[in-house]
Parts: sequence; structure tokens; C-alpha cells
Amino acid sequence: MALDTSNKREFKVVGTRVQRPDGIDKVTGKAMYGADVTAPGMLIGRILRSPHAHARIVSLDTSAAEALKGVKAVVTTADLSTPEDDYFADIRDNCLAREKVLYDGHAVAAVAATNKHVAKEALKLIKVEYEILSHVTDVDEAMKADAPIVQEGRADESVHEGWSQNVTSHFEFGHGDLEAGFAKADKIVERTFKTAATHQGYIEPHACLASLGTDGRGELWCCTQGQFLVRTKCAEILGIEASQLRVTASEIGGGFGGKTTVFIEPVALALSRKAGRPVKLVMSREEVFRASGPTVSSSIDVKIGMTKDGRITAGQAKLRYQGGAFPNGTVEFGSQAAFAAYDLEAVQTLGWNVMTNRPKEISYRAPGAPMAIYAVESVVDELCQELSLDPLETRLKNAARKGTLSSYGPTFNDIGLVATLEAAKTHPHYSAPLGKNQGRGLSCGFWFNFGGNTCVSLNLNSDGTVGVVEGNPDIGGSRASISMMAAEELGIPYEKVRTVITDTNSLGYNDVTDGSRVTFAVGLATIEAARAAIKIMCSRVAKIWGIDEEAVVWEDGCAKPSGPNAGEFPPMTIAEIAAIADNTGGPIAGHHEVNADGAGVSFGVHIVDTEVDPETGATKILRYTVFQDAGKAVHPDYVEGQMQGGAVQGIGWALNEEYIYGEDGRLQNPGFLDYRIPVASDLPPIDTVILEIPNPGHPYGVRGVGETSIVPPLAAISNAVSRATGVRMTELPMSPPKLLKAMSER
Amino acid sequence: MRYVKAENLETAAALLNGEPGISRILAGGTDVLVQLRSEAVEPDLIVDMKYLDGMRDITPEDGGFRVGAAVSGAELGEHKEVCALWPGVVEGFELIGSTQVQSRATMAGNLCNGSPAADSVPGMIAANATARIFGPEGFRNCPVADIPVSPGKTSLAKGEFITSILLPARPARASDAYLRFIPRTEMDIAVSSAAVSLELDGDGTCTAARVVIGAVAPTVLLVQDAGAALEGTKLDDAAIAKMVQAVEAACSPIDDKRGTVEFRTKTAGVLAKRAALIAYERAGGKK
Repeated sequence: MALDTSNKREFKVVGTRVQRPDGIDKVTGKAMYGADVTAPGMLIGRILRSPHAHARIVSLDTSAAEALKGVKAVVTTADLSTPEDDYFADIRDNCLAREKVLYDGHAVAAVAATNKHVAKEALKLIKVEYEILSHVTDVDEAMKADAPIVQEGRADESVHEGWSQNVTSHFEFGHGDLEAGFAKADKIVERTFKTAATHQGYIEPHACLASLGTDGRGELWCCTQGQFLVRTKCAEILGIEASQLRVTASEIGGGFGGKTTVFIEPVALALSRKAGRPVKLVMSREEVFRASGPTVSSSIDVKIGMTKDGRITAGQAKLRYQGGAFPNGTVEFGSQAAFAAYDLEAVQTLGWNVMTNRPKEISYRAPGAPMAIYAVESVVDELCQELSLDPLETRLKNAARKGTLSSYGPTFNDIGLVATLEAAKTHPHYSAPLGKNQGRGLSCGFWFNFGGNTCVSLNLNSDGTVGVVEGNPDIGGSRASISMMAAEELGIPYEKVRTVITDTNSLGYNDVTDGSRVTFAVGLATIEAARAAIKIMCSRVAKIWGIDEEAVVWEDGCAKPSGPNAGEFPPMTIAEIAAIADNTGGPIAGHHEVNADGAGVSFGVHIVDTEVDPETGATKILRYTVFQDAGKAVHPDYVEGQMQGGAVQGIGWALNEEYIYGEDGRLQNPGFLDYRIPVASDLPPIDTVILEIPNPGHPYGVRGVGETSIVPPLAAISNAVSRATGVRMTELPMSPPKLLKAMSER
Repeated sequence: MRYVKAENLETAAALLNGEPGISRILAGGTDVLVQLRSEAVEPDLIVDMKYLDGMRDITPEDGGFRVGAAVSGAELGEHKEVCALWPGVVEGFELIGSTQVQSRATMAGNLCNGSPAADSVPGMIAANATARIFGPEGFRNCPVADIPVSPGKTSLAKGEFITSILLPARPARASDAYLRFIPRTEMDIAVSSAAVSLELDGDGTCTAARVVIGAVAPTVLLVQDAGAALEGTKLDDAAIAKMVQAVEAACSPIDDKRGTVEFRTKTAGVLAKRAALIAYERAGGKK
């Protein structure tokens, strides 16, 4: 559905900062999160987890646990079904291990008991005999020919003969003559980078309440980014039909991609089916760190050639990502995103997906892009330093724009990179003075964005108010934005619309909340559903007036005659139409179902000032400004929130966050004390500048904004640190011990 | 697990002494409750001390202050006289945890938790503070420096517990300071730390110095040589360099997820230097 260009649209609701619908419930504690739901006769579930990084399960004896008073069910993988598809089988085996445990924290068995104390005692009575196997947690180690094999026979056809069995897929993108490009360069820089695995750090742990009868009919309440996806996965893993499992999403305390799969839901359902009672299962923070889905860690080589005047002649990146103990596809995104900001004659990216003895990776905000772009933007910055070039001018000189053949194949349509760079260049931040031990860095960022399967119902209530029913959990303000778009299209105040997120049996299938898709795709479907409702309302009014449907138009929340020839009738308001709907044909509703494309890529530029303590290696973020193309900012507060939130997560990633594994392959920091996300006092106010380069693929020009903002901070901060200290860091996080060591070796 | 609210010192000591299993003392509970929640320990007995007489009092004594074992960080931080006399002790104590934790956390608990990274302990040792201990044998006094033995272990005997800590009197031109290194700005655990307490004469020459470092050895450590390096000086660069050298020589840290041996040693010296200069200025010394 294309951008409305027929007449320049004056927005009345879209672009304003209306009150959020969930604010009061959240600050007063009324909001119902995953762990807040209870049911009569409810049991408490708990999961037994592997203390080993890699081991064969020789025997598993649950009889003593089953015999404990108060224990109502014990389940293992034997209580789950056998999906045909490897994709579902992997998720099943991640939920409860089969034959081998593949990482520290891998679930082995679960119990349901009358209270948590009995459940805890029962876990101690489960006897597991392990044969410990050698393990590997580092991506480069895992790719060696003699590395311990995490799983055998999982490589796809893209994997070359002779590579480690831990390599499961391989990608290659690019165009042009690389050799000729490098030959034209005045300066070539080649560097190897490593980035640690990080966790989404959502504040609400995974939680669910499951009730599944022996008749296969079930209810599941859970904290998720996609109730339809939960239903599909659970139905496959439990061997039940989708229609028999109703999944309702709770309010959600953060997701960032980490709640786009299942970890505990199938286990809770299996326990409930066996016990014949509802079962509540809530992960502890330690379980979240050890056994949910952090993002990949990476090892990346980048080689870029540049002329003296700052033109990039060729770029190459080799990306190696480990995504835990199962095959994953994240390096494909990284390989495509690495050079997306540049208009290049010769570019090549190669990617390897690798298995290690770590938890099964799941999406984290622009999955795969931050580390790839960190590596590329670090090398571009180093070239600017070497050739004494302004880093912003250099990026402008090489920037992708409309008509650029992107490094990953498509030719770009209207994109906002140049406008974003220009805005950064003229912003006072870029020319502000710096003090001693301070440095300024910048980086571009990119994300594809996504549309996807979407289904919306818009119901006209008898008092003229409107209910929008949609199927995507609200992780970033989408309920407000969707109500705003419905109000805009209908010509009524925002307060007259309420958007609710419904369960799986009340609406057609919706893709999970990911890819920054919801405001774009659900918004688009909402606008179309409103248009469908308007069409019905106009036809009803035409009947009342006794004129042709085409002679009735919709303006400012009213049906009006299209012109003097149509006849003279006073406008009928939406409330008047709703009040007499019984007599004009019954209830009025609009629907729209679409597999939306045209999401429109999003670019951003971040500028950051840092100060490094030369005696301790501590990095302080002094000033931070985010520039990002939003297409059209429906609710600017939320857009700014997305831009700030991504920047903050990126700051954590750059400076302190990391999964730390010991020699024994066990996670050493499964808690917020030693997995250091930034606290408020670590951060300056994050300034934001919203650019609005309309997306041709959306009637209001909306682009997704949720993910691009986590991409630039890694390189921006590393570049700022390099300029503050004279040291080029090639490993993340740049924690104080690493930075101090590098400075002392300067 | 039994929870007992102690009615008097004698019953508390008898209960703890008679418990064959694992016992824990509850004052602020900011360590014990976390250990319970994380299932790091499953005590058989918890004895709650915070309701005992005097446990939450701050009392002047011989020019110093006796601080009850259940006095919270928030309470001590609001006590103007203690803050004026021992600013370094108070600032160390106040660095522990969040605002919520501060309303419960106690110095005695921080000391008995036995962590070499405890934030209030270097300041207390630099202050030459004394703990009053009650046990099956009655009361005894013990320098705070002698209480930590190794990570998680103290010199307290079975049945013994701390009832108060005495922060002693000090001369007019004297002060102290505490600094720690953490990768964040708050809500963290010291990777290394240092407390320095100084006494100056009329012309600003240091007459007595105690330098204490944390998180760089199995226990918080009083570095005699480091203090000696400052005595008789006006904390000139040479004296500071000698002090830093002594601190670095005393460090025997471990490599772990929080920091390397090299990093901890280097930053302990840096922090000792910075803390010494702050204490010097607070004591009225001018450089």
C-alpha cells in the first residue's frame, strides 16, 4: 500500500504526544505481567538444569521425585511430541534436553508441585548420570577442525567440505571487482574484531501459566512478543492442534527480540497435561541468563581501501558468529547489513554460522547488525584518522542514497541516510569543544525493517467509539500509535479509540512483534480497516439519504454529501451512524488482512563524546546525540524512547556487558551484579533528532524505528575512545581492565 | 528453617551456640535475604537481632561514637557529628547498594559477611574502629581489623555476634576518605578500593596515616608501609609515589570476572593516592 501523495496530508492526531494507554496501570502496579496470572488448583513448576557445558545423559531417574508428597508431575523430553521439522525439534530439545545437554543451564527435567518448596526438594531427588564431554564456547575455537562437536550432521549445503561440523551455514553477498578496488586505494586497513555475547536484559523474566487437559484442549497465558508464534511452537512440541490451544499474551516487561520464541511454555503445558491441573512456571533471573536466548558473539575481519580524498574503493568483511548449541541464521543479517550505509563499487561479505556450547541464541534488536557495523565503522574511522579526513564528510562522500545498489543486492528507494548525516553535521554537538582525555566518535547504523503477516479488526461501538483488535504484544508503544492512526483515518479524537491485543482464537494469524514491524504493518492494516469501516458507514448513510454510495464522502469524522449535486443533507457524525446501525444493516466493522511488504529500511547516525580516565581505563559517556529517520513519527515520545533505549543498550554492549564463561564452560555472571547493564547514573541525557523521510510503502510514510538505534553505539563509542586515548580497541566490551592494559601498551 | 526474634543478648547467644546446623544472624538482612533468595544457603536458624536494646543507637563515647550493630547506612548518613568526624567511614558505608538497601544495610553485617570487597570495612580499619562482641562468654572488644579471616570467614566464635562498633575520637586536624573502583557509577561491587585516614600537625605535616585496601587480597588489608610513607610528609609527589609502591607491593589479588591481577593492583594504588589527597584536604592540609 503506497504513500498517500494525492494531496499533502495535514495530520491532526499523528505526530502529537498523546497520553499512553498503559501508563497508569504500569505505575500503579495494576498491569498484569506474565507471573501475575493465577488459577484455582494451580501448581508451581520448576526446571532441573544441567551443571555441565556438554555431557551425555547416561540415565535419568525421576522416580524418587515422583514419590515425594506434593509432587503432581515430573516431565522429561519423553513427554514431548516429535515434530517433523528440524526447526521445531530444535526448539523442543532446547526446552528439554534429549540425549545430550548442550550448555550450562540446559533444561533436563521439570516438576510440578503444590508449592515452590516441594518443587525445589523434588528437583534434588531427580537422579541424572552424566558422561561429561569436552566443550567449546568460543567461535574461533569452535571452527577449528579438531574442536569438540556440539551436534553432528547439522551443516546445510552451503558448508564446504572439510570445515568443522560446528559450522552450520555459510553466506556470501556483494558485487564488483574487489581486487581492482583495493588496487585503487591509497590506504588499506585490515583489522580483526571480537564482540561478546550480550543479553537483551528485559526486566521481566519469562513467565507463564499453562492449563492443558488430557483432551488436548488448552489455555496458556504468557509473557511473549507473539502469542501466535507461541501457539504454533507449543502445538508442534506438544502434538496438539492449533485450534485447541488458546494463547493470551500478558503485559510485557521488555522483550527486545528475546521473547520471540519459547523456553518454558511447552514444559509448563506438558506438566499441566500430566498433572491435570494448571501449572505456573516463572524463570529466575539466573535461569534467564543461563537458559534464555542471548545474542551471538562474533569474530570479524574487515578490510577497507580508501583514496586520499576519502572515497572507499573496496570493502570486505568476514563474519563468524556463534549462536549457541543449535543452528541459527544470524550471520546472514550481519553479512547483509555490514556495508549497507555505503555506495560501493566493490564489496564482499562472507558469513559463517557456528554452534558452540552456549544457550540457543534468539533475536536481539537488529540481530546480527550491531557487531558487523561496529567492525566496518571502526575501520572507516581508522582510515579517516590515518588520512586526516573528517569522519562525517567521509561518510557523506560514500553514503548510500536513492538508486544505490546496496551491498546485499536490492537497489535502495527513498532512504534517509544523507539527510541524517547532514543533520548531524549541522548539529551543535558535532562542533562543540572537547577537553583533556575526551574524544568524539560517530557511526552510521542500519536496519532492514520488516512488514509481515498482519490482521486487524476495527469495531464501531454503539456510542460511536471505536475498538481496534490486533494481535501483536505492545513492546514499544504500538497500542498508542495504532489508536492514533485509527483516529486519524476516521477523523475522530484519539481518546475515542481503544486498541487491545487479543488472544490467538480471536483474530487471524499475526507474525511475532519483531523487525520493527508493528507500527508499520499493524498501522497499515489499521488504516485499511478504518477505510473499510468508512466505506460501510458511507453506504449506510447513502441508504438513509437515498443517494448513491459514491455521492457520500467521509470528512472529519462525518459522512457528507460529496457536493451540491448529491443533494443537501446535514453531515452525519460517526456517533449518529453508530446509534442507528441496528436499523441500517447491523453492526459496523472494518477488517484488513495483509502480508505487508515495503517496510522501508531505516538509517541512523550517532555522535558520542567520551572521557577516559587515564589511570583506571574507565570510560564516561559525556554527551550523546541520536539522529534517525523515522519516516513519519506517529508518537514522537515513543520514537525518541526507541532511539534513546537502543543507544543505552548499545552503550552497555560497548563498555561492560558480556557473557563470561569459565574454563569449565559454565556461565560466571548469571545476574545483574556482574552482567553490567548501564544504570541511570552512568548515562547523560540522550538527545534525539528525528528525521522524517517518508517511506513510500506506508500511507502515512511510517518506517520502523525500534532496532536501528542499537546499531551505531558500538562503533561510535569505540571511535570516541580511540580519539580520546590514541588506542584503537578491537574487542567489545571495552571494559576498564582491557582499556587500561591497551593504554599501558600504547 | 526457624526464625527467632531475639529477646535479649543471652538468649541470642545461647540459640546460636546450641544450633547444630547452619545459622545466620539478621541485622539489616541485605546479604542474608539475597543469599536465601538465590538459594546460595539454606539456614536452619535465623536469629533477628535488630530489635535488641541499643542495636539501633548511635551514642557519643569518649569523643567518638558507638554505632549499634543494626544502624542502617541511611541513619548513619544523616548523623551530622559522625559524618563530620569520620567522613571516609560514612562515605564507604553509603556506597553499598541502592537507596532501598541503604535503609537496611549495616556496617556490622558488611563486616561479618567477610567479603574482601566490603565497602564499609576499609574505612573502619583505617579509623582503627573496635567491634564490641557478645557471646556465650559475655562481652569482649576486638579491633575491626582482626575480624575478617578469609573470604566469607570471620574470627567470631560460635555463638558470638557484634553488638556495636566504636568509631574512636580523633584530633582536630584529621580526616579520612574512601574510594572504590567499579565499572559502573553505582549498584556494583568494588574491583579494588582504598581508605586513608590522616592526622596532621599545625603546618600540614602528616603525623599519622593509616592506608587500607580492599578487594586485592583475601581480606581487607592495612598496609603499614603505605601509611609510614606518608608520615612526616606533606603528601608531596615523592611520598605519594612511595605510598603507591607500598600499596602495589601489598596487593595479592586474584584474576576473575571482575578484574585482572594487573588491573586490581594498579587501581588500588591509584585509589589510595586519590583517597589520600582527599583526606589531606579534608583534614585542612593545603597543597
